[in-house]
Amino acid sequence: MPKRIHPLATTGILKVPTGITGLDEITGGGLPAGRPTLVCGSAGSGKTMLATEFLVRGAEEFGEPGVFMMFEENAAELTANVRSLGFDLDRLVKRKKIALDHVHIERSEIEETGEYDLEGLFIRLGHAIDAIGAKRVVLDTVEALFAGLPNHAILRAELRRLFRWLKDRGMTAIITGEKGEGNAITRYGLEEYVADCVITLDHRVTEQVSIRRLRVLKYRGSAHGTNEYPFLIGERGFSVLPITSLRLDYAAPAERLSTGIARLDEMLGGQGVFRGSSVLVSGAPGTGKSSIGAKFTEAACRRGERALLFAYEESSAQILRNMRSIGIDLSPWMKKGLLQIHASRPALSGLEQHLVLMHDTVRTFRPAVVVVDPISNLTLERSEAEVKPTLMRLIDFLKQQQITSLFISLTTGGSGTSAPEDSQVGVSSLMDTWLLLRNVEFNGERNRLIYVLKSRGMLHSNQVREFVLSDAGIALVDVYLGADRVLTGTARVAQAAHERSATELRREDHERKLRQLAARRKAIEAQIAALQAEGEAEEAEVKFAIAQETLQKETTQQNSAAMAQLRGGSKGGKGQTKGKR
Amino acid sequence: MNTMTKPATYELRLYVAGQTAKSLSAFANLQRICETHLAGQYRIEIIDLLKTPQLAAGDQIFALPTLVRRLPKPIKKIIGDLSNEERVLVGLDVRAASD
Repeated sequence: MPKRIHPLATTGILKVPTGITGLDEITGGGLPAGRPTLVCGSAGSGKTMLATEFLVRGAEEFGEPGVFMMFEENAAELTANVRSLGFDLDRLVKRKKIALDHVHIERSEIEETGEYDLEGLFIRLGHAIDAIGAKRVVLDTVEALFAGLPNHAILRAELRRLFRWLKDRGMTAIITGEKGEGNAITRYGLEEYVADCVITLDHRVTEQVSIRRLRVLKYRGSAHGTNEYPFLIGERGFSVLPITSLRLDYAAPAERLSTGIARLDEMLGGQGVFRGSSVLVSGAPGTGKSSIGAKFTEAACRRGERALLFAYEESSAQILRNMRSIGIDLSPWMKKGLLQIHASRPALSGLEQHLVLMHDTVRTFRPAVVVVDPISNLTLERSEAEVKPTLMRLIDFLKQQQITSLFISLTTGGSGTSAPEDSQVGVSSLMDTWLLLRNVEFNGERNRLIYVLKSRGMLHSNQVREFVLSDAGIALVDVYLGADRVLTGTARVAQAAHERSATELRREDHERKLRQLAARRKAIEAQIAALQAEGEAEEAEVKFAIAQETLQKETTQQNSAAMAQLRGGSKGGKGQTKGKR
Repeated sequence: MNTMTKPATYELRLYVAGQTAKSLSAFANLQRICETHLAGQYRIEIIDLLKTPQLAAGDQIFALPTLVRRLPKPIKKIIGDLSNEERVLVGLDVRAASD
């Protein structure tokens, strides 16, 4: 967590950090220093765990050794119980960082006669404190004394003295107490003696799901968060989930991240989404939401960034197998340690528990990208009013860490006719980018459509694309637009083919016409040539005839002249000339 | 420390914290009761927890004064200044409660 001044921090009172995730934020710095704090709750609400972590963190992180005085469990039981939280009490005891003292009161072997006090308890506590130089003390739970000692008047006086004594010694103490009947905070009214700080723990079961909650009931001399905060007792101890959205002060990087799908990036202003933004992918069942999520994580891993996938529908093996079928192989990234898949049933715990778990995982793994598939399963059986603030906490938390998040959500309005947007109104306002996937049923087949419903702070496409999943991966294809309708799938392919063949036909027709024209031109040219030839032939004939006649005439004249010469102009010469011809 | 020469059947420990009025009266009461009812069969060990606080946890002492009957078994504890002789005798199993 980034160290920063919490809005609730005040300067009035000296505080001691508990080291418990979230609790120090709610209390604005921790528990009142040198004073006792009462932690109460019903059986199994986590009082002992909180108290133990307070001591362990104090000893390990803040150099404050602590004494654990227990009245119910013995030291061996406690050590075994908190080992599951990763606390090694044995080691801390050996290193004199923690002292354990089990006060065992066996009612049957005790007889009371006359005046007494609890000085023995003070001596034991004092001895343990001195032995390790303790700064912290836990009494868990001092109420067992009420069952062990019949004289409550003495006991109450002595408890008052004990808490006073703890204060005088400057011990920051946690006193645990069992929740009382009805409105009583504790069964024996311990709150009467420990008035500085009271924290209540609660363990409720709603809709068969258990939810743990913590509340700071009272904190004298300090402001504190008064809400109920969900908490978790996980593998690394106590975790309280504070509301982090008191302020909207996270940075807004301008860096863009690819979604892993080039055409989708193109729709999102050409560069994908902003780093640290939140993306909602919603759609009906089978629209390919998970594939987008998987591609998104794969893209992050390819960039060498860590990705975290929370799966609430499929096991991680199932995800790996299914994604391989569309050409996304996630297993190498898992082996490299870049990808973590956390698969669990949403009903395993309440929404808050899941969110606390997510916080914890994100804190340890430190991913650049987080995918939740799907959030709709987490919100099962829960009213929107309840879900929204919790989700808001998660989104704010991720944004503060500049983690890009992708939330997948199943819309209830399944078919294309109803508006799937309606079922997302609650969470969509928290999202920066909203991709909507839709099924379109037409012409005997179902196809997927994708569009960008909103994307804050960037130009984004208003176009609908067809979303095609194949063993080659994910592709976005332009849909066929025209003639007042959108065509997808085979209809799109058929339409394209149809258009292609029509063009082909037309082209052939044109060619044929051109060919015909050319042929015709040729024919005409041939005709022209023939006519020309005919004309030339006629001309030649006429010329020949003319030439012949001219020649005949000349010859006749010559003959006449010769005859006349021969005959001297007689008629008989004429006939001779004729006959010669 | 007050040790009798005869073999003791009652081994008693009285835990106190310094010389307070309660511890002094508890010791006086105990001695008187033992002399009256258990003469020659008891041994009393006084433990001042102000001097040896580490001994408090062993016998699970939290109230003071506390008288612990170490022997005979089982262990019995009587807390208070032992001012009620009757209850001390019952607590030590010297006399049955119904007597």
